[in-house]
Amino acid sequence: MLEIKDIYAKAGDKEILKNLNLSVKPGEVHAIMGPNGSGKSTMGNLLAGMPHVTATSGSVTYQGKDLLQMEPEDRAAEGVFLAFQYPVEIPGVNNMYFLRTAYNAQRKHRGEENLDSASFLRMVKEKIKQLHMSDDLLKRPVNVGFSGGEKKRNEVFQMAVLEPNLAIMDETDSGLDIDALRVVADGVNQLRSPDRSFVIITHYQRLLDYIEPDFVHVLVDGQIVKSGTKKLALELEEQGYGWLED
Amino acid sequence: MSELNTNVVENQLVKERASQRYKDGFVTDIESVTIPPGLNEDTIRLISKKKKEPEWLLEYRLNAYRHWLTMPTPDWAKLNVPEIDFQAISYYSSPQTKAENAPKSLDEVDPRILETYEKLGVPLHERERLAGVVAVDAVFDSVSVGTTFRKELAEVGVIFCSFSEAVQDHPEIVKKYLSTVVSARDNYFAALNAAVFSDGSFVYIPEGVRCPMELSTYFRINANHTGQFERTLIVAEAGSHVSYLEGCTAPMRDENQLHAAVVELVAMDDATIKYSTVQNWYPGDENGKGGIYNFVTKRGNCLGRNSKISWTQVETGSAITWKYPSCILRGDNSSGEFYSVALTNNYQQADTGTKMIHIGENTKSTIISKGISVGKSQNSYRGIVRVAKSADNARNFSQCDSLLIGKECGAHTFPYTESANMTATLEHEATTSKISDDQMNYCLQRGIPEEEAISLIVDGFCKQVFKELPMEFAVEAKALLDVSLEGAIG
Ligand SMILES: Nc1ncnc2c1ncn2[C@@H]1O[C@H](COP(=O)(O)OP(=O)(O)OP(=O)(O)O)[C@@H](O)[C@H]1O
Ligand SMILES: [Mg+2]
Repeated sequence: MLEIKDIYAKAGDKEILKNLNLSVKPGEVHAIMGPNGSGKSTMGNLLAGMPHVTATSGSVTYQGKDLLQMEPEDRAAEGVFLAFQYPVEIPGVNNMYFLRTAYNAQRKHRGEENLDSASFLRMVKEKIKQLHMSDDLLKRPVNVGFSGGEKKRNEVFQMAVLEPNLAIMDETDSGLDIDALRVVADGVNQLRSPDRSFVIITHYQRLLDYIEPDFVHVLVDGQIVKSGTKKLALELEEQGYGWLED
Repeated sequence: MSELNTNVVENQLVKERASQRYKDGFVTDIESVTIPPGLNEDTIRLISKKKKEPEWLLEYRLNAYRHWLTMPTPDWAKLNVPEIDFQAISYYSSPQTKAENAPKSLDEVDPRILETYEKLGVPLHERERLAGVVAVDAVFDSVSVGTTFRKELAEVGVIFCSFSEAVQDHPEIVKKYLSTVVSARDNYFAALNAAVFSDGSFVYIPEGVRCPMELSTYFRINANHTGQFERTLIVAEAGSHVSYLEGCTAPMRDENQLHAAVVELVAMDDATIKYSTVQNWYPGDENGKGGIYNFVTKRGNCLGRNSKISWTQVETGSAITWKYPSCILRGDNSSGEFYSVALTNNYQQADTGTKMIHIGENTKSTIISKGISVGKSQNSYRGIVRVAKSADNARNFSQCDSLLIGKECGAHTFPYTESANMTATLEHEATTSKISDDQMNYCLQRGIPEEEAISLIVDGFCKQVFKELPMEFAVEAKALLDVSLEGAIG
């Protein structure tokens, strides 16, 4: 699914990722943990093709293709989804209209017909119900006036509708109350399948009680310094990152 | 229509309309009678004679003309207006078939003209259009070529006809209201219009009548070297209600053509007039060559208690736009609204806004202006909120937002307030923004390509105004913005 090899990358002018390596196979869930500023979001942004992050060396292969050569909208259409750490507000654009535009743009890229409004609405309502979210999420302008938790839920909702192959979730659990956390975890678990992979960036092993990861990695200063299973997350929770840093 | 279905229709139409740059830029090949260029008293007598006008109207024109000669051209707007040679313009042009003998029914209209309007998306047959029934008055160069649904409207007492016909058939109403809102000396272009005006629309809604359908006028400039000087008058008697729409297009030409219109609205007690414009005059090419000079005076008089006048405009066309649809809030409790989207691209210039003059007690006004500047264009909002001494408890809310796309364009706001009454409440908000990288990245990450993302974000920016438009016009407006935004990237 995803092969990150010897990546060095800059955010703006600053070198952040330094020899990053990660391999994700179809169906796997990888958790990424690590101290503030270690480069977790930068990694997500690099994969999503956000313009302010540029690779200086190394390679990223996604489904056999050179991911770094692809435009961000093409990556999305080919199944790369990033749930943003800080989802942005788009005034005046209703959430459903936004999502339908995205959905149909992705279909167009794949050479598929637009989904008509009625079918789209039906599909979206079904997803909302499965996620135990409220319908009025659809009518409100994208993230405008949403609480922190609502923004995160909206990311999960969008993910559920767009059904990506590779979902990168950047601290989607931060700032959530326990019920919202369950909603987010449900969203991921409902989507889990043998051909879909997740990279879940989090600071809290609590999330991993709900979403069982196959691997846990620790990112420090732009590279993965330790990998393990769920047990590693528990150790980190107890001991912090200090013991890994030198 | 449900929100859902609206969206389907919206999208189809938007796609169709957005596929071409200025799709209304064609010329209709039709013989026309155009008087020679030049402006003097004889020109005015000739126009008046062609229209078989009564003496008082000729006098009105001549007085306006004589006054106009004494007026300097206005220079206070933030516009760079090349000198206009008024002697090089022809002031009257009419398709030949119409010239001598006005067709009384739509069957008699030249098929080429019917085809023109069909092509513009304004079919003149009396069939239900997308969002229901809309009556249309079609003005082609200097004359009205036809008005639909007159019979149905007459049944409820609504008069909807061309201004010229109104002068013949309802002279007492025309005489009573003409120039009561915009005097023939009001400003340079209003005076010019009073002197040489040709056709426009006339609407009269009798007391207590809610006009059963939307009324609309579609203005088309076709002939070259001509100006269009239309004049529209809408009178809404006590307790009546009308929604009126106006659209405008012109061929693509290298020459600049002048359009100087006057619109007067009068609303009596408890009457409501909703006036919507989608202005898509040819804006000129990407190097600033050609395009319409659009100098328009639009004003409504809220004469009666509880009367309401609402202006909504979407301005995407014209090389130069100089336009300030305004409200005089004379009746107690009357209210005025101004909702505006003005988009300029390439070398377009727009200086547009409104005046809200509060005279009555408890009068209320709302101003929502959205300016979008692209390319090398300049876009200004200019507004005055004036509260007279008599206007106890007057309230105004103004919001002026500007969106800049690219680095070479400009956005300016000139909001003036003058209050002579301590009890007035005036609120003003203004923002200038750009489409942020974060917004763009968010769209891209969801798979929405840049051009579509800009259109989406701009559409969202204009939402407050678009929701004031009748559905069909909202579709048209969104499509026009998409076309006008072309080339906004990079
Ligand atoms: N556009 C940019 N220009 C310069 N530096 C940047 C830019 N974006 C991020 N950085 C820097 O890169 C470093 C890594 O940031 P990143 O957001 O990847 O950290 P993180 O691991 O996600 O941290 P957190 O846990 O706080 O979310 C930080 O020092 C940050 O300030
Ligand atoms: Mg981060």
